[in-house]
Amino acid sequence: MQSWIPLVPDSASTLSWKVDALYFYLSGVTLFFSLLISAVLIFFVIRYRRRTPYEIPRPIAGSHKLETLWTIIPFVIAMTMFGWGAQVYFQQYKPPANAIEVYVVGKQWMWKLQHATGQREINQLHIPVGRKIKLIMTSEDVIHDFFVPAFRTKMDVVPGKYTTMWFEATTPGTYHLFCAEYCGMNHSGMTGSIVVMEPREFDNWLSGNAASGTPASQGQQLFQSLGCASCHGQNGEGGRGPTLAGVFGKKTQLQTGESVTVDEGYVRESILNPQAKLVAGFGAIMPTFQGQVREDQLMQLVAFIKSLPAGGQTEAPPTTATPAPRQAASPTQNVK
Amino acid sequence: MRPIEYYEPPVPSKVNYINAQYGLKSWLLTKDHKRIALLYLGSITFFFFIGGLYALMIRLELLTPQGDFLQSATYNKVFTQHGIIMIFFFLIPSIPATLGNFLVPMMIGAKDLAFPRINLLSWYVYLLGGVITIYALLAGGVDTGWTFYTPFSTTFSNSYVVATGLGIFINGFSSILTGLNFIVTIHTMRAPGMTWFRLPLFIWSHYATSLIMILGTPVIAITVLLLAFERVARVGIFDPALGGDPILFQHLFWFYSHPAVYIMVLPSMGVVSELIANFSRKNIFGYSFVAFSSLAIAVFGFLVWGHHLFVTSQSVYAGMIFSFLSFAVAIPSAIKVFNWTATLYKSSISYDTPMLYGLGFIGLFTVGGMTGLFLASLAVDVHLSDTYFVVAHFHYIMVGGALMGYLGGLHYWWPKISGRMYPEGWGRFSALVIFVGFNLTFLPQFVAGYLGMPRRYHAYPPEFQVFNVLSTAGASILGFGMLIPAIYFVWSMRYGKRAEANPWHLPGLEWRTPSPPPTENFAVTPIVTWEAYEFAPPEETQVVGKFGPELEQI
Repeated sequence: MQSWIPLVPDSASTLSWKVDALYFYLSGVTLFFSLLISAVLIFFVIRYRRRTPYEIPRPIAGSHKLETLWTIIPFVIAMTMFGWGAQVYFQQYKPPANAIEVYVVGKQWMWKLQHATGQREINQLHIPVGRKIKLIMTSEDVIHDFFVPAFRTKMDVVPGKYTTMWFEATTPGTYHLFCAEYCGMNHSGMTGSIVVMEPREFDNWLSGNAASGTPASQGQQLFQSLGCASCHGQNGEGGRGPTLAGVFGKKTQLQTGESVTVDEGYVRESILNPQAKLVAGFGAIMPTFQGQVREDQLMQLVAFIKSLPAGGQTEAPPTTATPAPRQAASPTQNVK
Repeated sequence: MRPIEYYEPPVPSKVNYINAQYGLKSWLLTKDHKRIALLYLGSITFFFFIGGLYALMIRLELLTPQGDFLQSATYNKVFTQHGIIMIFFFLIPSIPATLGNFLVPMMIGAKDLAFPRINLLSWYVYLLGGVITIYALLAGGVDTGWTFYTPFSTTFSNSYVVATGLGIFINGFSSILTGLNFIVTIHTMRAPGMTWFRLPLFIWSHYATSLIMILGTPVIAITVLLLAFERVARVGIFDPALGGDPILFQHLFWFYSHPAVYIMVLPSMGVVSELIANFSRKNIFGYSFVAFSSLAIAVFGFLVWGHHLFVTSQSVYAGMIFSFLSFAVAIPSAIKVFNWTATLYKSSISYDTPMLYGLGFIGLFTVGGMTGLFLASLAVDVHLSDTYFVVAHFHYIMVGGALMGYLGGLHYWWPKISGRMYPEGWGRFSALVIFVGFNLTFLPQFVAGYLGMPRRYHAYPPEFQVFNVLSTAGASILGFGMLIPAIYFVWSMRYGKRAEANPWHLPGLEWRTPSPPPTENFAVTPIVTWEAYEFAPPEETQVVGKFGPELEQI
């Protein structure tokens, strides 16, 4: 530990220094203006102190030039802050391509996570350095917020919808995970850690924590047991219900004439509220599954549908997200 | 100084608004704006000390990282109730309902507000809201945070959400009534010669505040009502399990609650304009810029609510627009700070207590405003939102800004209100103690926030303890500093030196009538022939230094 008081938290992601740089710029401008105003105030207060009880200073008329000056200068400075902040914000929230996906469910007062390779974790997330990690998150109850100070990013975890965030860790270590949105009694206990590992160690960790199945394969079982296959086909090739294979990430035409991109949120909505956005050419025959599937099961169904290749071939869904993880050896769960 | 024309009765009279009538009934049924101001003063002081007690409990809890002083459920109620009491029952009514009520008619040369009965009604409405809220606190309290975020507040919280909401709902109407009264009064009851650009800046800022009160407050009333519908009748509005949208609540809530920040700070800015001009005996530099910046803040203030939603998965493009507008709303505040500072140039500055608060306000508000830029800046806000940085920032605005202005104004007009002087030495001493205590409390929280300490945490990782110990030490000093004025104000009502009509020797209308004023304020209707803050005749107006040729005459 450092013996002095730190000014910035650990920096452990590709975004950290970008946010820090802007923070230092803002701090510099703030210090400069605060000290300038204070210095001028103190100087005036001493220089122009009242010396005799009845003195009356001569009035001074205002100056449009000065007013213009101290309107434009702060505006220009503010716009630099705005532009810089917006630029980094886009990077923070633009979901990257080919990231490792991790499913996150928040509930009072714990974090449940599942890797694409199937490993489940609670209040802890193991990730490798140098890989982009994308979290697909939802909540079972109230609004939570996934906050990792060392990565300088956070995102609300909202019930009823999926939110996403991403980061790429740069330095191995263990970092705080906080719930940043007040969520009730044990809010301050809804904490955990992000364990950042070298890729080799991470592969060891993955193989040391056998998964009972990937989210996609668990989703496939649900797909069968809930009876989805009877209308959407064994491999999502379609039937009385629209084709599911190969549609993910593409636009699909709706009954109303509008079109919608098939993303996690649309799939989730279509399971819970099938009538909301009907695909063109299909009737309103699907029953709702509201109350029958939990949030983590919904995510598994989403993962299954995502994994379906076009044409509905029976191809096993991918089980690994990092290159060549070794086969699972021990059945130990890493859940605390 | 030019000779000041007084509007005192021809024969000196000992009758004033305080001793004109006696008995509880004469107070509870009064229609005199000055007496109603005192009713408000007593009530908000009561709520201020309750809110302060909660603050004390928060700081004691956070002294150690373990969360061992209060249970987490209790702690959640304590910070929620601290926020609700301080915001809705102290800060929002603080300056408008006390100093504003007392001074708006006096500063424009009117006998009362336009609707004296509505004015009294507003106090009863405030009281009813307050009593219901106190009932909710005693019955078991509320633990949703003052922000009432859904679906926690509508579905998951087992506390007195609806009762508290009802208190806030009712209280809002007192705000609306006050705002309505001020707007009509300022439009219709100015004394002859009191043109818009002769109005003291205190009036301009109250006009701007009133606009926000009547336009914004109905939205919080609607929001609280919808929340109660969902909680009681399970109508799906915000809870996704019922088909609602939880983020919708945040939009509605902040549509009022962000402008509400300006309800708190604009009147304080008005007070500071008075303090800076009057205690330096100088006309405000750029009067019209300061006046219009208040209106600009009131208008732009309604367009920035989305900056509270940067991390809710709101569209990044919406985020950009709200970020831009949030930077824009900072400009009028900056203009005010520069103009106040420029006013002091070649002036005659006294070090009386109100001026110390005025100068303290400029420094603290500068820090509070500039740290707001961090939160308006999208990328940095993603890291900082819901951390102690936010807590520190808004306390700099609400305590360093709004409360400092309120205390400064209370000292400044105390001789007029009570007819007595407060003890100047104690006044300066406590102003200093409060300034030091305040900074020690909240400066460390900026650092703790950037390091990642989330707000509303009952227990926290041990590396944040050093900042919390500093904060708690500062809060103890701050609390001690607050007790001093509470004691000497009460003391001075009986033992203070009697105040003259115009103890500070100022030209403002409120100083041209006895202290305390008679019920009708002025013995004869004043006719205003001077500009605001006219200490010296306009022909003496100086064209200064190197800016000389560019300066325009008044």
